[in-house]
Amino acid sequence: MTRRTRPLSPHVHNYRFPLVALLSISHRVTGVALALGSLLLVYWLASAAYGPASYDRASHLLGSPFGLLVLFGFSFALFYHLANGIRHLFWDVGLGFDLPTAVKSGYAVLAVSAGLTLLTWAIALS
Amino acid sequence: MTLRSPLGRARGLGSAKQGVAHFWWQRLTAIALVPISLWFVISVVSLAGADYAHFRTWLSWPGNTTLMLLLLFAVFRHAQLGLQVVVEDYVHDEGLKLIGVIAVKFAAVFFGVFAGVTVLRVVFVGG
Repeated sequence: MTRRTRPLSPHVHNYRFPLVALLSISHRVTGVALALGSLLLVYWLASAAYGPASYDRASHLLGSPFGLLVLFGFSFALFYHLANGIRHLFWDVGLGFDLPTAVKSGYAVLAVSAGLTLLTWAIALS
Repeated sequence: MTLRSPLGRARGLGSAKQGVAHFWWQRLTAIALVPISLWFVISVVSLAGADYAHFRTWLSWPGNTTLMLLLLFAVFRHAQLGLQVVVEDYVHDEGLKLIGVIAVKFAAVFFGVFAGVTVLRVVFVGG
């Protein structure tokens, strides 16, 4: 039996992820991360409910280098999910759904979320 | 006289008329969370390094108490809807999927109510 050489679809390893696809899965990943991160908010509020001593302990923990690193990641995930979520809301009403606009708004989401993250931390640490 | 079989009729009862509830609540909480998230970030930044007394004074302002409770409701409702979709998409065993969806819902309700109670305790009782 002769094997015909048919065109092959690109293997997943050498398939370059399009930007819009990367942004799409990132929306989901940041969403799950924020759901887990919301437990940090619960921890912070609960620490206050148990009194000044536990609130101070929680503040100390969240203000430690590791705590700040986690909060930095949390803030970027929040701004990204927020900005990209607004992009989704525009799509919901049928605006900006063509590919060139979606690519442009995708870059805008990256710029806005990075900018707001840096601005927030510049103010918080000043 | 109908040409539909009994099975066809049973299957053709139509939707439960709740098909858009998931979509609608996800969008409603998303829209609400745009301004509330910005309020939250600005508040947390302004509270950086605040002691307990300062935090309690801030949280006790009626506007802040209200927004914090609304944030908790919107966050946990939105997270529950989103996580449910993630479970439904990636868990293929029907039994595990059902357990996952129920667990997500229970966890969201528990942590949402718990966080709300802690806010009320800080505001009305204090430490």
